[in-house]
Amino acid sequence: MKAAAFAYARATSVVNALELLAMHGDKAKVLSGGQSLMPAMNLRLLSPDILVDIGGLAELRGITVRGDVLVVGALTRHVDLLRSPEIALHARLLRDAVAHVAHPAIRNRGTIGGSLAHADPASELPACVVALDATIVVRGSAGGRRIAATEFFRGIYETALLPDELLVAVEVPVAGQGSTFFFQEYARRHGDYAVVGLAARAVVAAGRFSALRLGFFAVGDRPLLAVAAGKLINATVTPALLAEAATALADELDPHEDQQATAAMRRHLAMVLLRRCVAALLARPELGMGVGK
Amino acid sequence: MNAPVPVSLLVNGEPIDAFVLPRLNLADFLRENLKLTGTHVGCEHGVCGACTVRLDGEIVRSCLMLTVQAQGASVETIEGLSDSGEIADLQAAFRERNALQCGYCTPGMLITAQDLLKHVSVPDRRAIREHLSGNYCRCTGYQAIVDAVEATAKMRAERGV
Ligand SMILES: Cc1cc2nc3c(=O)[nH]c(=O)nc-3n(C[C@H](O)[C@H](O)[C@H](O)COP(=O)(O)OP(=O)(O)OC[C@H]3O[C@@H](n4cnc5c(N)ncnc54)[C@H](O)[C@@H]3O)c2cc1C
Ligand code: FES
Ligand code: FES
Repeated sequence: MKAAAFAYARATSVVNALELLAMHGDKAKVLSGGQSLMPAMNLRLLSPDILVDIGGLAELRGITVRGDVLVVGALTRHVDLLRSPEIALHARLLRDAVAHVAHPAIRNRGTIGGSLAHADPASELPACVVALDATIVVRGSAGGRRIAATEFFRGIYETALLPDELLVAVEVPVAGQGSTFFFQEYARRHGDYAVVGLAARAVVAAGRFSALRLGFFAVGDRPLLAVAAGKLINATVTPALLAEAATALADELDPHEDQQATAAMRRHLAMVLLRRCVAALLARPELGMGVGK
Repeated sequence: MNAPVPVSLLVNGEPIDAFVLPRLNLADFLRENLKLTGTHVGCEHGVCGACTVRLDGEIVRSCLMLTVQAQGASVETIEGLSDSGEIADLQAAFRERNALQCGYCTPGMLITAQDLLKHVSVPDRRAIREHLSGNYCRCTGYQAIVDAVEATAKMRAERGV
């Protein structure tokens, strides 16, 4: 199918984009990489009156380090995350995750801002920014706001963004001493949306976690920062403790059922990922064995 | 509202100026306005890869791009890659190995495979499959397609291209 008719405006600056959004309210849609918006419009799930194309705004593109914060512009494309030395050095989780986002031709157009604003619960990058404790930087006609990633996602395709606001950047605390990452997902085929996935950031010292953030995705209506991780912090991780954390995780999840998996299967896979993640981050392969209930 | 918008772009090296409706996607513009029908349209939501073209040197889905978004860009289609001889060896390998049956997916497969071979000189079969994983072949010629891409990579490596 083809998209319904709409008007088109190529924004000339962030200020201009915000004026256009303020003028048209929720009849307007921001067009970034178009890799989620265009399919939705071609399927007539959406038919905005006007698209505000921000694709040419160089001020929204780029990756820079400011002190101990990595600033990633909203228009930074998936392929840029894959290739960026700053990302590899300071936020490797994003690079590891992006390799699982769609396919090369789509990664050449899709942007981090679009992925976060779209807020598909099966999407990789939302879980990553939650695990990384990132801040989402937003601008509206009335000024700017900074929103913690954990507060940004509100439900399926729902975020804290207002219709007249633009997501302009993501601020990620740079990886410090002892920081490690884990990313894994189950998908039917490489590049497909995940059945269940886990993006994690940890700080490991002397064989223990001094910090552990587990961002699960495709297990609910938004990325989930697992509370169960708390059990594993500043403790010697034994098989019994890990089993306890896995049970706590299963209780915390409220996964949906669809053609790909039942809720029980998603719970099970999330527990498997938890074990693999802990075993990998602590470099203790024996912890990854068995799944337990 | 919804009025035609002027757009200027390069298509296979040729400058094109046109007025197009905002909703016209790049795949339809290439096929219908420019009669470059090598770019195929399958799903129109980014899943099948039949519409893959190059935009400023990088592969993209032309069904997920508005023509107006290509303002100032350089687009290369299968016709361009074919006429320049850039992929003559890859095309020959596809023919020799039976990597095309109905040929519907073939333009997208060729452009995507060439993209991989530009970035990685001798990819293994896993890497070939992964790079082509966004392109569907309804005739399920995958094995032969991977064979053809692998053979081309090896031939190019031997020739030192
Ligand atoms: C076949 C296929 C497979 C895919 N597989 C995956 C996958 O496995 N994992 C995954 O995560 N994604 C996947 N995607 C989606 C893809 O990654 C998109 O790049 C991404 O979700 C949207 O980014 P975009 O820049 O293209 O945004 P757009 O499509 O341009 O916009 C998406 C939404 O966000 C809004 N928006 C965009 N930018 C901003 C901004 N700066 N401020 C405010 N609002 C904004 C738009 O108005 C729109 O509502 C897939 C897409 C396709 C076509
Ligand atoms: S027609 Fe564009 S990906 Fe299928
Ligand atoms: S050859 Fe028929 S779709 Fe691939």
